[in-house]
Amino acid sequence: MTDGKGGQGGKAPGAAEGVATGEGDIHVSVRGLKKSFGPKVVLDGVDLDVKRRSSLVVIGGSGTGKSVLIKCIIGLLRPDAGSIVIDGEETVHLKGRARARLMRKFGMLFQGAALFDSLPVWENVAFGLIHGQGVPRRQAREVAIDRLAQVGMPPEVADLYPAELSGGMQKRVGLARAIATRPEIILFDEPTTGLDPIMAAVIDELIVKTVKEVGATAITITHDMQSVRRIADEVAMIYKGRIIWHGPISQLDNSGNPYVDQFIHGRADGPIKMQVRG
Amino acid sequence: MNPLARIGQVVLALLAEIGRLTLFLRDALIIGLLPRWYPRQMLIQLMRMGYHSLPVIGLTAFFTGGVLALQIYIGSSRFNAENLVSSIVALGITRELGPVLAALMMAGRVSAAIAAEIGTMRVTEQIDALTTLSVHPMKYLVAPRIVAGVVALPLLVLVADIIGILGGYVVGTRSLGFNAGSYLANTVNFLQWDDVTSGLIKAGVFGFILALMGCYHGFNSRGGAQGVGRATTNAVVSASILILAANYVLTSTLFAK
Ligand SMILES: Nc1ncnc2c1ncn2[C@@H]1O[C@H](COP(=O)(O)OP(=O)(O)O)[C@@H](O)[C@H]1O
Ligand SMILES: [Mg+2]
Repeated sequence: MTDGKGGQGGKAPGAAEGVATGEGDIHVSVRGLKKSFGPKVVLDGVDLDVKRRSSLVVIGGSGTGKSVLIKCIIGLLRPDAGSIVIDGEETVHLKGRARARLMRKFGMLFQGAALFDSLPVWENVAFGLIHGQGVPRRQAREVAIDRLAQVGMPPEVADLYPAELSGGMQKRVGLARAIATRPEIILFDEPTTGLDPIMAAVIDELIVKTVKEVGATAITITHDMQSVRRIADEVAMIYKGRIIWHGPISQLDNSGNPYVDQFIHGRADGPIKMQVRG
Repeated sequence: MNPLARIGQVVLALLAEIGRLTLFLRDALIIGLLPRWYPRQMLIQLMRMGYHSLPVIGLTAFFTGGVLALQIYIGSSRFNAENLVSSIVALGITRELGPVLAALMMAGRVSAAIAAEIGTMRVTEQIDALTTLSVHPMKYLVAPRIVAGVVALPLLVLVADIIGILGGYVVGTRSLGFNAGSYLANTVNFLQWDDVTSGLIKAGVFGFILALMGCYHGFNSRGGAQGVGRATTNAVVSASILILAANYVLTSTLFAK
């Protein structure tokens, strides 16, 4: 997990450009990231380093800007200020072709799965291959069925539509879609929220397994503490637009940080006050 | 509140909307029309907008042609000019009612459908998902719909012209007692190419407007099911008004010699 030198597994598209090994083994480095919507300040100077091929989990209450943070990292939102360095390259100003090239390094599982409901399951999974990389449809379908097997889904589901699947199944398809192009960095936005505990455990296991198989760096958002313990190598907690604690999972229980303690034990009273407005 | 401040607010909101629309239009044209193209998406949209709209367009045109014949007969009989009925029906359908009524019917059908579909994709993060899969939503969603609108509307209007004239013919010969041969002869001799082509050019512009409005409002929808509903309404209303306004401008500048 910690050996970041050299190998990209030789599979990840876009890996050919040569990874800046001079940066040590930091894959994604965020500095002073700020983002507001109108008067509402969401991110207020986030600093965060993600080690190559490690699994970082970001915890924090609802509406604290976790989704906004990963949308800034992947480039769906443009930050107001700050820097996001990926593989040694500053990325916040990237546009057009350069942005598209960077996007190929990423895979993302959305909070609501965000499957394309007009397309059958296999075409959802194969979408990035067919449209992003120009793989012929027949070949892409085979890859899709392969990826579905990786997340424990039989080939019969390939021709179903997303609306015919349960929430947990949709998440699995979303996971298969996120890993289909063998991305270097995979983002998971609340992968287990809204699932029953058993399905949540299954999804967590799949995340750990597939991230390892693909050899990717993973950033996961969650507020499910069981998930955190199953997925994380490292944990960061976001509060009031900043990262207030960041450390290895082994230190989570004795972080010495009262905010973290309140959050991981789910106590109603403590330094964190509930916000009414999300 | 100070009434001046209120007026100022409305004007500013309007200007901001025009600005947003202009930027969207620029992106749609520059990003959307450059490769890569998605011909499969375009065909799907063309089928939906064109082929599946034929029944609606056909019925609209038939009844409009028929009622036009009735009304013009009443008017022209006051001047003993009943033989003009067929010519004026043809002129009215091809130059004006064919394109405008077809476009308004399509605004209700197509703009609404586009806004609802793209709006739902927006609020369920499917548009963000497209982007993360290295597919530009302007190219994959917007461009195929706009191209399909510009292609489909003139074809539909051509059909509407024929069926509308047919509607006039049926009413003229069955209930107004015109001779079939001379009714048709009057139509064909009197009608000029200009009448048809000006209507088709208008139709292309209307197709562009109604697809653009559907895409624009869908793309900018926010806040769940309610937001999608609002986007759908706004798409239909703005498309209809812009179509009527564009119709006047086009007719007065290009086709009123
Ligand atoms: N596109 C947007 N426009 C306006 N406000 C937004 C937008 N996206 C997120 N927000 C606001 O930013 C805050 C953080 O949102 P989010 O990152 O989704 O929270 P969470 O930590 O639950 O994922 C919320 O108050 C939300 O209302
Ligand atoms: Mg969120």
